[in-house]
Amino acid sequence: MIHVENLCKKFGDLEVLKGINCHIHPQEVVCVIGPSGSGKSTFLRCLNMLETMTSGEIVIDGDHLSDPKTDINAVRTEVGMVFQQFNLFPHKSVVENVMLAPKLVRKLDKGEARKRALALLEKVGISEKADSYPEQLSGGQQQRVAIARSLAMEPKMMLFDEPTSALDPELVGEVLEVMKQLAHEGMTMVVVTHEMGFAREVGDRVLFMDGGIIEEEGDPEQIFKAPKSERTKAFLNKIL
Amino acid sequence: MIGRFDWTGVIEFLPEILKGLYYTLLISIVGLVIGFALGAVFGLGRVSKNKFAYAISTVYIEIIRGTPVLVQAIWIFYALPLIIHYTLDSVVAGIIVIAVNSGAYIAEIVRGAVDSIAKGQMEAGRSLGLNQRQTMQHIIWPQALKRMIPPLGNQFIISIKDTSLLSVILVPELIFQGRLIAANHFNAVEIYTTVAIFYLAITLTLSLILRFVERRLNVQ
Repeated sequence: MIHVENLCKKFGDLEVLKGINCHIHPQEVVCVIGPSGSGKSTFLRCLNMLETMTSGEIVIDGDHLSDPKTDINAVRTEVGMVFQQFNLFPHKSVVENVMLAPKLVRKLDKGEARKRALALLEKVGISEKADSYPEQLSGGQQQRVAIARSLAMEPKMMLFDEPTSALDPELVGEVLEVMKQLAHEGMTMVVVTHEMGFAREVGDRVLFMDGGIIEEEGDPEQIFKAPKSERTKAFLNKIL
Repeated sequence: MIGRFDWTGVIEFLPEILKGLYYTLLISIVGLVIGFALGAVFGLGRVSKNKFAYAISTVYIEIIRGTPVLVQAIWIFYALPLIIHYTLDSVVAGIIVIAVNSGAYIAEIVRGAVDSIAKGQMEAGRSLGLNQRQTMQHIIWPQALKRMIPPLGNQFIISIKDTSLLSVILVPELIFQGRLIAANHFNAVEIYTTVAIFYLAITLTLSLILRFVERRLNVQ
């Protein structure tokens, strides 16, 4: 579903990604862990072209991202993204946040879009806030709305960029719960996270990134219990 | 001393002063509507990735901000007709001056407001599959517009006051009419005070309207 070949990304002279290779299969939940500055977020942002790769190739569901003829807007409708800072639209109510893209991009009429939005808000457990504005919601609620907003496009896969890092500790659980539910429903997910418990419990595979490369990857149990690389060991020792 | 001023005489000249008020309002309103359109276009040019649009906008803004309104007015009314071989009506020239001048400042207001909307908003829109134009129209612009209101109010007031400079290109606006009356009837204190009060009335009314709009849009 996602194929990444020799992906490199430079910001000026700074080489952030130094040749990433990875394949992500349908319905797989891949957690990306690693120290800050290791290129995790940049890697994730390259997958929906919020960052343009310097060299290499990414193939999403058959679309080659390096090909200038690829319609990036069409690819993005299939790849949902959830941000660390939620990035809800503050001038629109919760339900309008969720309705906007289906209306504009999928051309749903208002009634259909609203019906779909309310069903998704129900799913993430926040339907009673449908007519509130984002600023009236807690961080955890905002992030759940952001997940619903992404799901409203019925994407084939979802990218999560440290979805719980900006949350108060007591609000992390409710967001992880929604993500867990999604994983069980068979959503293909790539999750950049510091939540090792989530990676271990929900992840089918863990990628450990350091210095712009995938230093180690494998089954969560194996990575957390018996990491092969010294750098993985050192990292896990620091955080666990 | 006070007794020497004849305030009742002002009533006699009121029709002429009101004519001036009419032109001041006409030029302000039409000029600022066009100025806002110019500002939106060139402001978006300033935030555009298109190098041509950016360059054109920057040149326009720098030329207008770098020259006095008075010089712009004189140039458009007395110099431009010699280049285009077409004599401009002074009111038309006045509207052009206010539109082109305010447009440059409004462009910078637009640029600042659009720039101030967090990058994450654009990314959130684009990641949902909205194109650049849709994201601008539905996500960035409505938020930017709210932030523009206080500086726009400021610019509107400045431009309204700038219309008084158009008296040098013979626009029969408030101060032009006032000078005409005062020169013939030696009642400078009464007439010029009345003219000043009219300007103040216009700008205070605008301030009130803007305060109302701000409250409606809940600008923080």
